[in-house]
Amino acid sequence: MTEAMFEDSHSNGSDDSAVDIADVMQKMAEHKGCGTEGGSGKASCGSSGGPEDMPTEIWEKVKNHPCYSEEAHHHYARMHVAVAPACNIQCNYCNRKYDCANESRPGVVSERLTPEQASKKVLAVASTIPQMTVLGIAGPGDPLANPGKTFETFRLISEVAPDIKLCLSTNGLALPDWVDEIAKYKVDHVTITINMIDPEVGQHIYPWIFWENKRLQGYEAAKILTERQLLGLEMLTERGILAKINSVMIPGINDRHLIEVNKAVKSRGAFLHNIMPLISAPEHGTVFGLNGQRGPTAQELKALQDDCEGDMNMMRHCRQCRADAVGLLGEDRSAEFTTDKIMAMEVNYDSAGRKAYQEAVEAERQAKVAAKKDELDGLELAGDMKLLVAVATKGHGIINEHFGHAKEFQIYELSQTGAKFVGHRRVDLYCQGGYGEEDALDTVIKAINDCHAVFVAKIGGCPKSDLQAAGIEPVDQYAHEFIEKSALVWFKDYLAKIEAGEIVHSDRGDAAIRQGALLSQAS
Amino acid sequence: MAYKIVGSQCTNCTACEALCPNLAISEAKGTFVIDPAKCTECIGHFDTPQCVAICPVDETCVLDTAYPRYVA
Repeated sequence: MTEAMFEDSHSNGSDDSAVDIADVMQKMAEHKGCGTEGGSGKASCGSSGGPEDMPTEIWEKVKNHPCYSEEAHHHYARMHVAVAPACNIQCNYCNRKYDCANESRPGVVSERLTPEQASKKVLAVASTIPQMTVLGIAGPGDPLANPGKTFETFRLISEVAPDIKLCLSTNGLALPDWVDEIAKYKVDHVTITINMIDPEVGQHIYPWIFWENKRLQGYEAAKILTERQLLGLEMLTERGILAKINSVMIPGINDRHLIEVNKAVKSRGAFLHNIMPLISAPEHGTVFGLNGQRGPTAQELKALQDDCEGDMNMMRHCRQCRADAVGLLGEDRSAEFTTDKIMAMEVNYDSAGRKAYQEAVEAERQAKVAAKKDELDGLELAGDMKLLVAVATKGHGIINEHFGHAKEFQIYELSQTGAKFVGHRRVDLYCQGGYGEEDALDTVIKAINDCHAVFVAKIGGCPKSDLQAAGIEPVDQYAHEFIEKSALVWFKDYLAKIEAGEIVHSDRGDAAIRQGALLSQAS
Repeated sequence: MAYKIVGSQCTNCTACEALCPNLAISEAKGTFVIDPAKCTECIGHFDTPQCVAICPVDETCVLDTAYPRYVA
């Protein structure tokens, strides 16, 4: 075993790849004004920005990355390979003993792969799914607590499939030791999970860390962790590696504190901040799950994301994937690519075919943006009004999913400035602590209860009237059309009806973020 | 005594294997095991047994009372 685990054996070597931090910060600052897509007004910054909104070199890095670009996530897929089982810290929202094939959340995985198996799997998936552009190592432990396996996997993949972007997601404890190795393998996207910058807060989230051959607890542990995380972030920024910060929103523990975290990571050059809701159901066996620590509601999450947005890019399209997820965000095709199936597959890596497919995707994206621009006039009637609509979609930025088949809804906020993607809501059938399924339609209504309308490709008579009774307008006349364009056309019509006195606008309530395990893999 | 791994609790996360200064830990039959002949309880190497310190599940790496305490 060559893994020099957790040892500071990797000193910072050459500065060849280093760039001027001031220069990077300047580019970040320039980029932060994004959201003016050809005068469209403010979009969900960064995550949905287009090529006009950022320096060319940053756009080239993010344009095909579904996690770093909200735009891209409609079109491009990612996969995670579970080569990194060991972890060097313990989090109260994680329990590694729990592994259910039907469950979708971070830290969970069904099979552990060797670097060789992982490389074969990447080729198999890339050959089957041409829009798969990103390979990430996210666990199920911490990639940098398994540096030998992690970097060997990157090496093998960069040899056989050099067009695939590499990324990793870490808790940051070991990050400063490995930044140069990360740069060497041209990993240009790194996610750090930062839940606090104050050890007083951190001691309630992290029971222990493994540091210099000892288990440290409490304040001392959290202090070292936050110092290492912020140092690692600064080192990534110096090298021009895009950093995304994940934060788990834990009501009563770090919810308001995340505004301070947001400022701290912004000032150190983080590209994108992803505030995610705590997932904690008692059956997960996590400390938080067992203590009854609740997660945030949909509106609590959105309010915090809005508060942090200002001049920082917020990610709102995170699906909190498993460590072995495969496919577009929001779908998981990992069951098609188990080790047995991969090893039996004839793999033919078709670089030219992948390139052609991706060029077609680019054309589709541009058509979508153009369609939206055409509908931006005439929104002044909205005044200060903002409202949410839900959309059933299978991807490509089109309303192309049947209401009853939707496993999630995408949420857009409509206002005077246009249509902005602000999140998604899972509505799969869930097992609730083993008590069976609840009424599916009721689940959907609770999940999108804060929306005024739901856009679908098709919907049956019964759910239609139930939705109307709940005050949510089912809209099916824009089937197979672009989401944003359609939403804006509907919005202008809605505004016109208010103006004409046909309807009265009223605010909607809150909505629930679903907890618990997925029951239905694929329908 | 040597340490042992309670197989029913082990998550197969591999973390202990790489840390053991005696290379006493290996994978066998879907779990990890400690070779009692090689285990020194980390005495002479570290202040705390490394497998105990890194294990994500409490009470999984435990002293095996079938063996006498290790003497350096």
